[in-house]
Amino acid sequence: MATHEIKSPIPGTFYRKPSPDQPPFKEVGDTVSKGDTVGIVEVMKTFHEIKADAGGTISGFPIGDNEPVMAGQPIVELD
Amino acid sequence: MTKGNINKLLIANRGEIAVRIIRAARDLGIATVQVHSDADTDSRAVQMADEAVNIGPPQAAKSYLDVSAILKAAAETGADAVHPGYGFLAENADFADAVEAAGLVFVGPSGDTIRLMGDKAAARAEAKKAGVPTVPGSDGVIDDMDVAADLAAQIGFPVMIKAAAGGGGRGIRIARDTAEFRSLAPQASSEASAAFGDGGIYIEKVIERARHIEVQVLGDGKNVVHFFDRECSLQRRRQKVWEEAPSAALSDEVRDELCRSAVALATAVNYRGAGTIEYLYDDKSGDFYFIEMNTRIQVEHPVSEMICGTDLVAQMIAIAGGAALQSTQDQIRRSGHAIEVRLNAEDPANNFMPFPGVVGELLTPDGPGVRFDHMLYPGYAIPPFYDSLLGKLIVWADDREAALRRLKRALGELRIEGLPTTAPLFEALLESDDLRCNEVHTRWLETWLEENPELIAQQGGKAL
Repeated sequence: MATHEIKSPIPGTFYRKPSPDQPPFKEVGDTVSKGDTVGIVEVMKTFHEIKADAGGTISGFPIGDNEPVMAGQPIVELD
Repeated sequence: MTKGNINKLLIANRGEIAVRIIRAARDLGIATVQVHSDADTDSRAVQMADEAVNIGPPQAAKSYLDVSAILKAAAETGADAVHPGYGFLAENADFADAVEAAGLVFVGPSGDTIRLMGDKAAARAEAKKAGVPTVPGSDGVIDDMDVAADLAAQIGFPVMIKAAAGGGGRGIRIARDTAEFRSLAPQASSEASAAFGDGGIYIEKVIERARHIEVQVLGDGKNVVHFFDRECSLQRRRQKVWEEAPSAALSDEVRDELCRSAVALATAVNYRGAGTIEYLYDDKSGDFYFIEMNTRIQVEHPVSEMICGTDLVAQMIAIAGGAALQSTQDQIRRSGHAIEVRLNAEDPANNFMPFPGVVGELLTPDGPGVRFDHMLYPGYAIPPFYDSLLGKLIVWADDREAALRRLKRALGELRIEGLPTTAPLFEALLESDDLRCNEVHTRWLETWLEENPELIAQQGGKAL
């Protein structure tokens, strides 16, 4: 059960990697601190980094890489 | 105008241009098939078209760029032609070839022409061959730094150092003298080598304070005519936001020379369909230089339609259907002045942050000399997956001053609730003396935005 969810403030396409040929920003089991970049959301051809608004250990990514996301939808679950 | 051999046209695009193409097809008596992604089921184009086919998920790579899904939709619906619009697959030579290989008509030039003009070096060589002035620079790639430095000095500083394999502004450096050139050129080369696996660089003279002027052409594969020029100097991040036809900066002599050079280039490549030759124009010297050719219909085509009283989209469809050009050059006349502004779902008061919201109340401008090409209706949720263009407000009047007044009137009538748009930018720009006097260049708008943040904020506050 996630204790915190990091939500996308904007709708668009969620990317877990800084670019297609690079590894993901974070993996399940990684610890994150507040302010760490956890992903990118592309909205209308512009890219916005999504920062963690709390620290913790990542327990899951409810949205897959390169998948559509709605504003307010959780993209990272923290324990 | 004849519709030629086309009976059912598939539109491989979305948004306002899809709406525009459906209208042109319907005016010609051609049935329409609109392909769309999951995110565009509620789009105006889907509502308007005779048939609609879902071709995949929201991401363009899985829908609007999926060639096999588009060809499958064409086969299933019995479409006999494909219009690519702009963006997406419009300048993809392999797509044009695939459409023709499937036995369908591609509304545009041949794959070979798209390939030729899409290759910067080849297009430049073709322009030179046709006698069209190109930006002074190296003929292709240079590897020897001494040769490069000598050439840069010959061309005259400042010069741009570009990665041959780069694009979209990546890998560009500007050197202001030989010393700077000698330090920047090797850097540019090794960076290009790391980024693109190709360290080749070429150099080009920097034309400072240049205007962006382009010529609309239409060819039937044998003959080419032009529909005069457009000026698109108002740009933000290399994106045009405001376009006019004709350019108020050109003398009749320069306009004539410019348009004739565009026709010469398009004729040299046996151009078929609608195309645009883009130039940089140096006010001070009166020189113009070829930049590139766009082998498709452009966003700003309506300003040319307004001054020439023609329908370019219908004409390109008719030509694709086998018709010859419907007018000779001397039958194409221009009159008056047209201005187009691009209404984007962006918040000008917040650094043009994209804002894909839900359209609330919608009041559209109307009356003499006003045209609004758009994809909006009240309650429409703008999808976040595509570019932010909502529509284009176009005005026409007898002269530029009257067109500016009419634009102000039309913007005053326009009301889009529910999301911020770039409309306040244009209301603020209309107050600018530089713009009213047409004292602009391609970097002018970005400087003006930096210097006048409060104007946008005020206008934004008023509009919302």
